[in-house]
Amino acid sequence: MKVRVLVRPKSGILDPQGEAVRRALPALGFEGVTTVHIGRLVEMEVESADEVEGMCRRLLANPTVEEYEWEVVS
Amino acid sequence: MRIGVTVFPGSNCDRDALYAIERAGAEPVELWHADATLKGVDAVVVPGGFSYGDYLRPGAIARFSKVMGPLEEFAKGGGPVLGVCNGFQVLTEAHLLPGALLRNTGMRFVCRRVPTRVETTQTPWTSLFEPGDELTLPIAHNEGNYFADPRTLDELEAEKRVVLRYLDNPNGSLNDIAGVCNAGRNVVGLMPHPERVSDATLGSDEGLGVFRSILSCAGAKV
Repeated sequence: MKVRVLVRPKSGILDPQGEAVRRALPALGFEGVTTVHIGRLVEMEVESADEVEGMCRRLLANPTVEEYEWEVVS
Repeated sequence: MRIGVTVFPGSNCDRDALYAIERAGAEPVELWHADATLKGVDAVVVPGGFSYGDYLRPGAIARFSKVMGPLEEFAKGGGPVLGVCNGFQVLTEAHLLPGALLRNTGMRFVCRRVPTRVETTQTPWTSLFEPGDELTLPIAHNEGNYFADPRTLDELEAEKRVVLRYLDNPNGSLNDIAGVCNAGRNVVGLMPHPERVSDATLGSDEGLGVFRSILSCAGAKV
């Protein structure tokens, strides 16, 4: 099955990447963007979803600064 | 005294660390990442570089390499461990040091010498300095922005576990933190590179004190 994991900076954690993109958008004429947060998308083919939570906690995300959510997509 | 230096694919300060250790008067020992042994060394340096290409997050993959098992045991048993730059990132990923190193606020890789201040000499890696000593040390990192939650940060300050502080914050680090130690004070992480300033012929030997400190601690125990 296919699993999709979304990892992103915890709210309140400085996200300089998102901030740089937010500032770049108006330069291209895209106005009205107030916040941008940038995370990471991990797609995996797995035989079972049993271990996905552990994979997120131990490797895919750093729980000190990131939060994650995951779903089985197919 | 024998001091080990871990070598991961992508480490690039391992030779400098081995050189600095030798100059300080200890015997340097290479520790290959795929060998689950510390070869009986008395202290370990986890050097800078881009272990595993910084894939996923800096230090995230190196943290699970074979050499890290015995290293974690060694650190938890009170063995002296120093992480420099990527080594600091590896030690936070391994939860041997608190907090995390985020992307620099300026979004740029910063590579220059910066003024810093030694905040505590109560670690085996800073014992020969005086509190308040100012050192000019090279930094070279993209993710050196130290972050810890407010409670951890208060704890670090109250227990005097901030080892090194920037005098002119180059990367957005909370409380200008350039280095911290664990509760046992035997594990230290520094973003600046003391091993790169360990020979006056190459510009400065201000960092050599870090490696001399560990030797003097060993001497004191004997």
